[in-house]
Amino acid sequence: MAAIFHGVGAAASLSLSPSNSFDSNKSVFSPRRSFSARKGASFAVVRSEGTVNLNLKGRRAQQLISNAVATTADSIDASSSSKPGHELLLFEALQEGLEEEMERDPRVCVMGEDVGHYGGSYKVTKELAKKFGDLRVLDTPIAENSFTGMGIGAAMTGLRPVVEGMNMGFLLLAFNQISNNCGMLHYTSGGQFTIPIVIRGPGGVGRQLGAEHSQRLESYFQSIPGIQMVACSTPYNAKGLMKAAIRSENPVILFEHVLLYNLKERIPDEDYICNLEEAEMVRPGEHVTILTYSRMRYHVMQAAKTLVNKGYDPEVIDIRSLKPFDLYTIGNSVKKTHRVLIVEECMRTGGIGASLTAAITENFNDYLDAPIVCLSSQDVPTPYAGTLEEVTVVQPAQIVTAVEQLCK
Amino acid sequence: MAFSAPTANFTPLNTPFLRSHDNTLVSSLSPSPFFGSTAKLRLSSSPNFNLHRRSGSVVAVSEAVKEKKFKSTRNLLITKEEGLELYEDMVLGRAFEDMCAQMYYRGKMFGFVHLYNGQEAVSTGFIKLLKLQDSVVSTYRDHVHALSKGVPARAVMSELFGKTTGCCRGQGGSMHMFSREHNLLGGFAFIGEGIPVATGAAFTSKYKREVLKEADCDHVTLAFFGDGTCNNGQFFECLNMAALWKLPIVFVVENNLWAIGMSHLRSTSDPQIYKKGPAFGMPGVHVDGMDVLKVREVAKDAIARARRGEGPTLVECETYRFRGHSLADPDELRDPDEKARYAMRDPIAALKKYIIENNLASEAELKAIDKKIDEVVEDAVEFADESPVPPRSQLLENVFADPKGFGIGPDGRYRCEDPKFTQGTAHV
Repeated sequence: MAAIFHGVGAAASLSLSPSNSFDSNKSVFSPRRSFSARKGASFAVVRSEGTVNLNLKGRRAQQLISNAVATTADSIDASSSSKPGHELLLFEALQEGLEEEMERDPRVCVMGEDVGHYGGSYKVTKELAKKFGDLRVLDTPIAENSFTGMGIGAAMTGLRPVVEGMNMGFLLLAFNQISNNCGMLHYTSGGQFTIPIVIRGPGGVGRQLGAEHSQRLESYFQSIPGIQMVACSTPYNAKGLMKAAIRSENPVILFEHVLLYNLKERIPDEDYICNLEEAEMVRPGEHVTILTYSRMRYHVMQAAKTLVNKGYDPEVIDIRSLKPFDLYTIGNSVKKTHRVLIVEECMRTGGIGASLTAAITENFNDYLDAPIVCLSSQDVPTPYAGTLEEVTVVQPAQIVTAVEQLCK
Repeated sequence: MAFSAPTANFTPLNTPFLRSHDNTLVSSLSPSPFFGSTAKLRLSSSPNFNLHRRSGSVVAVSEAVKEKKFKSTRNLLITKEEGLELYEDMVLGRAFEDMCAQMYYRGKMFGFVHLYNGQEAVSTGFIKLLKLQDSVVSTYRDHVHALSKGVPARAVMSELFGKTTGCCRGQGGSMHMFSREHNLLGGFAFIGEGIPVATGAAFTSKYKREVLKEADCDHVTLAFFGDGTCNNGQFFECLNMAALWKLPIVFVVENNLWAIGMSHLRSTSDPQIYKKGPAFGMPGVHVDGMDVLKVREVAKDAIARARRGEGPTLVECETYRFRGHSLADPDELRDPDEKARYAMRDPIAALKKYIIENNLASEAELKAIDKKIDEVVEDAVEFADESPVPPRSQLLENVFADPKGFGIGPDGRYRCEDPKFTQGTAHV
């Protein structure tokens, strides 16, 4: 099974150096009110062939993807046309997952700003309002705290809402409801009320979106007891996680990334979900464990190409489940490689990487040959200027250097 | 700008009267009956409001408390059964709260305990009109809402004592009363955060009717909150959404004039809260919250309106808490004269007087109810005393509905499969 990471033409891979020609990036993003979707821009084409997870109860049903090696264009074309499944972009995969769940269970509904008639500012809910009606795909006024709370009240009384934050950062306004009600009501009610809500939205550092639209809320939410957090990174796991989150009885926060919506992949036609608590093995290896999630996965895979050419064999794991951590997959990897590098987009202080470092040290200290290295974003509000923004987040070159240091 | 000043002697309970501050609004209304007949309230033109999107009336009404001679027509607002039911519910609320105070000072319950003495008319007046499937959302001052909704006194008292037989297994406490069976959706510690939850419950009711096609679903939600909350963003945001989607909800403001030590008049630019309803497109009604029959009349209309699918109503109940904000509040700021004036309007005494004067029941029957309630409350305390405290094993049980949410441990098994999980000692 080959996983192919391939940059396509002028719409260069999102993980390249700053001078990349992002011709597709002509759309202007103005905060909150209007947004032109990045139609047709293919940042990168990733084809992975996870098998269909038919054994929904099994934890290890998803097969491993081996060897991140760049191949030529010919082999890609040849392989894609003969394989089953269908190709789509990540936002379409999310939409497909959402639509399938809405068909499957009439209690599933969507609430958020511009999710209905507008189709979602990132088109995840495109056409759904036409299909399911304005009450099931509810356009809310701009009142995050209240409509998130409304989603929670609806969840308590029998519905299964999916609340969209137009940008994850806006959910800071809903922190009251997410922390106090979403996370805690099942407990303070003594287990009487379940809150099967999914809160989702795009976050992370985009292309010069400015500080407030570039936030990483996973680090703020991670301490809230009673919630689960997952981050999707490929169309395959986006659809799978969306479906699993909707079906889960727990409140789940699904983190998407602004820059990953146009990833293309071939995914199975059959119904499948991705286990919410499991990590995903992206590339097995021997020398070092690289733990990452969301957009940084692509920076890591870009660095992996360089590392492989230099003779290293990194094991790359997309942790996917930000809360709780899949300590089994992570632990097995640590026990094999004895070296850990964490690459994340959160800030250095108090991020997912910080928690992960603590968890690994606590559980697997004996297996480590070197201190854990955690590459995070700078503790800086994301600057607007492209050059500054670029150095705020972790770049592939830094990852390569870090691995070289770690493996000395 | 001030409220109609509370009169020294309370008004007879059987003569609700309609008067408004704003003549342009209700000049076309005849003096009676109050709010009961919506036909009279349909104002086709109102210069003050932009009604282009709605045909219904949007009114702000203040019901002044007026002295009127009691006409001896048998024009009573309640039957004997209803009267006794209301009386019993209010006495239960009062006796229970008094017992809470005793128990608190004896060290049986801790933390923040907020008592409802004096406000019983609001809880009884509204909640006794509801069906079991209707929902109630409250604040931290929620003991009496729970009792009115039907949660057994035993369950509430045990919860306050932190015992495992409490309605929330001892995990919620005074400020977090929940009951799935009785559709009591909490119990919230932060003011205002229950209002969106109530809006969500009302949304579910509408969704069930319109999307899931449960044609007979007409469940109504009541959201109770105080005057302080009416300056909070969540209040306004929910008024907007409820009116926008015509959700079956009634917003009940228990305006007791004080938010801990902050007088409503010192914190609010326009203290007449009922006027904020029409600003969002729903009727706003002001009612004497010390008078259970007046509250009940207003509640009937507001709840019926919601059930018919006509949308929300904002009801401001002028009421008063006889005790401090909580049992830890020294209550030094409130004027003793003000307290005395409201004490004379004690809702229980008023109802008792009404029942006896109108020969609905005898003094003996009411005393029998008093005694019965005393026994109920004593029994609740006994039950709570004898109940076990939660064992350690309960610690991790209700954090997640699906305990797989604790994740996969280093050994490959889910944490919840660890035998120590059920003992409450697992490492999660």
